[in-house]
Amino acid sequence: MENLRYELSTTTPAGGTRAVALVGVVASGNLEVLLERGEAPDRCVIDIATPAHGFADLWQAVTADFAARSAAGGLRITVNDGGARPDTVALRLAQGVRLMEKPE
Amino acid sequence: MRDWNMKGRDRQARLEAGRRLASGKVVAAQDLVAFLEAVLRPGDRVCLEGDNQKQADVLAKALAKVDPAKVHDLHMVQSGVVLPEHLDIFETGIARRLDFSYSGPQSARIARMMFGGRIELGAVHTYLELFARYFIDLTPQVALIAAVSADRAGNLYTGPNTEDTPTVVEATSFGKGLVIAQVGEIVDQVPRVDIPADQVHFVVNAQRPFYVEPLFTRDPAAITETQILTAMLAIKGLYAPYGVRRLNHGIGFNTAAIELLLPTYGERLGLKGKVCTHWALNPHPTLIPAIESGWVEQIHCFGSEVGMEDYMRARPDIFFTGPDGSLRSNRAFCQTAGLYACDMFIGSTLQIDLAGNSSTITGSRVAGFGGAPNMGSDARGRRHPSAPWLRAGQEADPTGAPALRRGRKLVIQIGETFGDGNAPMFVERLSALDLADKLDLDLAPVMVYGDDVTHIVTEEGVANLLLCRDKDEREQAIRGVAGYTEVGRARDRKMVERLRERKVIQRPEDLGIDPLDADRSLLVARSIKDLMIASGGLYRPPSRFRNW
Repeated sequence: MENLRYELSTTTPAGGTRAVALVGVVASGNLEVLLERGEAPDRCVIDIATPAHGFADLWQAVTADFAARSAAGGLRITVNDGGARPDTVALRLAQGVRLMEKPE
Repeated sequence: MRDWNMKGRDRQARLEAGRRLASGKVVAAQDLVAFLEAVLRPGDRVCLEGDNQKQADVLAKALAKVDPAKVHDLHMVQSGVVLPEHLDIFETGIARRLDFSYSGPQSARIARMMFGGRIELGAVHTYLELFARYFIDLTPQVALIAAVSADRAGNLYTGPNTEDTPTVVEATSFGKGLVIAQVGEIVDQVPRVDIPADQVHFVVNAQRPFYVEPLFTRDPAAITETQILTAMLAIKGLYAPYGVRRLNHGIGFNTAAIELLLPTYGERLGLKGKVCTHWALNPHPTLIPAIESGWVEQIHCFGSEVGMEDYMRARPDIFFTGPDGSLRSNRAFCQTAGLYACDMFIGSTLQIDLAGNSSTITGSRVAGFGGAPNMGSDARGRRHPSAPWLRAGQEADPTGAPALRRGRKLVIQIGETFGDGNAPMFVERLSALDLADKLDLDLAPVMVYGDDVTHIVTEEGVANLLLCRDKDEREQAIRGVAGYTEVGRARDRKMVERLRERKVIQRPEDLGIDPLDADRSLLVARSIKDLMIASGGLYRPPSRFRNW
């Protein structure tokens, strides 16, 4: 298991009022993403636990794009990876942010 | 004085040699090898009917058993190289030269045999192109074809899988060649006459149906959420704005996802009746729910699909069916329809390069093309206008004089940025080029040329190549939807953002697509069983797809 942490500056604060959201499942080729509030509104912290070693540069690229493109400010995100491809990771992160915006 | 009927006399000699081993037109199965040795001559051009789906398997097995001392150096001209016997005859010297279109299951062996000098390759063709050559410079001297049944006069019933047969018979029979058919049974009266008896010279009773493979059944259970997102991008980003009513879909999971989103997502967007009404398409089981909910007006088919026969028989307004009630497919006509009467082709590929050229060649496989290069190309001979065609032409050439400006067919490549085994769909150099080097081919086997491709859709967005004004813009538009592949990560970010402002690239958020919709619950059917239920039990899935 490899643990990675990215502390990213964001452009847009997260919307909605929901305190926590969970998307995806830990399964082969999939991942679970837990989103919580609690960081400064211009900042997003992402902690990743992945069984696949040696992909730090790819995680760096995916999370940087996510922070730049999404309303992710103020979020603390925990990723439990099951060896998902980058396109699945990007989709789950986008789904998580959307779910935080939805009323409970 | 010149003899103006040498071909006719040649056929007459073959007919007489064959009749010695036949009773009328009927050849007994046990005499088949001797019969073929009697009617074939060394160096003959032979079409051994191997279509995309059905195979003249009994004739193929018999041909592989003829004595190479008597029959050798044949020139095989057939669309599909599918059965082991299709290549065995090259190992033994019965055949030497090959012109073909598609070799799916034999793709690795065919490459090895070409490399080892066992096969002298003419060319790899698209279907329509090979059919065209049957009438110009590759007319068969003998055609070995497959039908469901025959009557004693030799009238043939080809049933739902008519496919290539009328084209092969037309060229061979009227070109003074010999037509030999294997049939599953000989009956007093055929259900309908697909091939008239006077074009058929001999019939072999195989006493069992020809071999046929289900090629177009995609299990909805295997469709991923990324594929659903990609399908939403295609529907909202392309089908809706262009208003595409006449189209062809490839056979991958991405287009299966589109078919399964029409009654849900498409309905929500108000597109019913405005898109996807007329099709050149194999009978995809995944289109059943859209047909049942009234989206589809008409479908013409290249071939059939195992298990769809009863469903199509029960929907004669939608499918082309005969007086017997069953489907009549025809690959040559359907390919022509896809080329000239459809405004869109959308299909998956395995590799796309920076110019937009795409190829399904990976490693040492010569898979051929089938119909994709024809479907996925702009028909330069087209003259009738339609809204999507005119709009695409206008996007490509906004300053051209409208009345003199060609329209453009929408040719769309769709897929996830990483495919099976995490292989990137975007590459700097196509594997097809390495194969061409290795086999010393004049042309690399490119499936769809970059200058025919109008759009590329991935989970990252839609790239509209019609709006690109130069080579650099085109390259960056492709990199801009290439995700986290090496090609995608090497993008010029500033230029990609400028392209996005001009809507050359559109991301899911630009199109108002909610990522939460990318969920399997959006599929109108989520299993083969759901498809069967949607058909009212008329669709009978082959056993390999039944997991309940």
